[in-house]
Amino acid sequence: MPQSIPEPEFDELYRELILDHYRNPRHSEPLSDADVVAEGYNPLCGDEVELRLNFENGSVSDLSFGGRGCSISRASGSMMTDLVIGKPIEDVRRLSEQFNKMMTDPDNEVPEELGDLEALQGVAKFPVRVKCATLAWHTLEDGFKQRDEGGLPPGGVVRHEE
Amino acid sequence: MAIETKRIREDFPILKREVHGKPLVYLDNAATTQKPQVLIDALVEYYSSYNANIHRGIHALAEEATGKYEATRQTVADFIGAPDASNIVFTRNTTESINLVAHAWGRKFLTAGDEIVLSTMEHHSNLVPWQTLAKEKGVVLRFIDIDDDGQFVQDDIERHIGPKTKLVAVTHMSNVLGTINPVREIAERAHQHGALVLLDGAQSVPHLPVNVQELDCDFLAFSAHKMLGPTGVGVLYAKRELFEEMDPFLGGGEMIRRVQLEESTWNDVPWKFEAGTPNIGDVCAFSAAIDYLSGLGMENVRAHEIEMVQEGVRRLANVPGITIYGPESAERRGGVISFNLDNVHPHDLGTVLDHHGVAIRAGHHCAQPLMGRLDVVATARASFYVYNEKEEFDALIEGIEAAARLFRAPVHTGA
Repeated sequence: MPQSIPEPEFDELYRELILDHYRNPRHSEPLSDADVVAEGYNPLCGDEVELRLNFENGSVSDLSFGGRGCSISRASGSMMTDLVIGKPIEDVRRLSEQFNKMMTDPDNEVPEELGDLEALQGVAKFPVRVKCATLAWHTLEDGFKQRDEGGLPPGGVVRHEE
Repeated sequence: MAIETKRIREDFPILKREVHGKPLVYLDNAATTQKPQVLIDALVEYYSSYNANIHRGIHALAEEATGKYEATRQTVADFIGAPDASNIVFTRNTTESINLVAHAWGRKFLTAGDEIVLSTMEHHSNLVPWQTLAKEKGVVLRFIDIDDDGQFVQDDIERHIGPKTKLVAVTHMSNVLGTINPVREIAERAHQHGALVLLDGAQSVPHLPVNVQELDCDFLAFSAHKMLGPTGVGVLYAKRELFEEMDPFLGGGEMIRRVQLEESTWNDVPWKFEAGTPNIGDVCAFSAAIDYLSGLGMENVRAHEIEMVQEGVRRLANVPGITIYGPESAERRGGVISFNLDNVHPHDLGTVLDHHGVAIRAGHHCAQPLMGRLDVVATARASFYVYNEKEEFDALIEGIEAAARLFRAPVHTGA
């Protein structure tokens, strides 16, 4: 029996804050007149994410999060909307980097500016679930890329695949 | 003779371990099964007493290893009612067996406009090789759909299998729905139109009595590790004349008769399809797994799983918010129950159950088209084998109810 592998704490994965975002997702009403629509898909577990983004003066002025997925992917996306709306794109990119770092390095100290997302730190100890947590963020980066490249492709949707 | 699970469990050392401080409840048998001590002993015996390369050596160890390897081929042939050991080719797994047919038979005999009939419930391993072949050769793929009970639509069988059909490649038993398909009737119809039949037996051979001559299939593919055997051993059964006329799959040692610089001639069937040193140790040990199953009797294995499915469906159906997929009748399904719990993603359910010591599978089960057909992103799946007991449903239901509470799905206990 591989006793040397420390057993991840169950409670660290399903923190109350995560469950709250899962049960009551924020900004889940789809924006009707989005500048960019970005879709994310994780073929491994079938999670689907749809982000609708509006931009104003280099900032994310509004963002909605929808799709189908597990508690980790839903909570991560919901928390992301809370954190990101109103922030300059450059700041959001930095937050995204910090979040990815938190997911890949469980021992890394979590920067304060990640706010509620700190609750997802425990996910880093469950390697198979890390992609659930990062899907919304990777989809967001795709949405930014699309904006930089000057709007929507034919069909109007950017699709990110994990 | 009923399956005595209490006694059988003694033969499986892994069932004594705990997971997260709870007794292991292993319900992921459709993915892979656990191994009895006799199988573990057989592996140890090979490496500690007669390890050698086969067919070429002139020393005692090589003769013993060759003898055991070829004896296992006969054991496999007998187990599935094949006429001869030469009907059996060893591969790595079911996937490789199907790929072997797609390459060695499909590439040689199929041309543009020919049709292959598959179904919407296929595992990726019985879809992707045919998609690749279809692209390469201009072959047309047609799909038998399923009805609301998770069974083949009869009209589709009649509509799709016709004069242009060259191959019908379907699963004998669905790894998601558990559906046992009417493959005897399908083979009859296919043969009327001169088409061949390949059965994906990855789930059926471990769980049902399977006789290739009664089913009259032309190819049957399955894996050792899903039937108490070691990983890394697959089987391809084919009718002798097919193996004779097929081209080799891989080229190299063992599969040749005479090699010259510019060209070579092939070894006899079945060795023509076993290039390079095969997985000798695992093949030799595999016979211990087959002997174990034969000792229990496949009719008894099947009867046990019908009981497990009946009890499992009954217990699960009492949990509010549960959707169960697949045939309603346990007689029409193997030891597999796929289900979903409202408002709880299967991965979350899987994590909570794992915390209760219960191992299930959560995801698309390598059957993404079927997930689309069922309009779900994923399902949870509990699957049974000879060592599972009805008492283990207590832990399963407890875990499901814990998940329901955690994620606030409504729950009222029922048993």
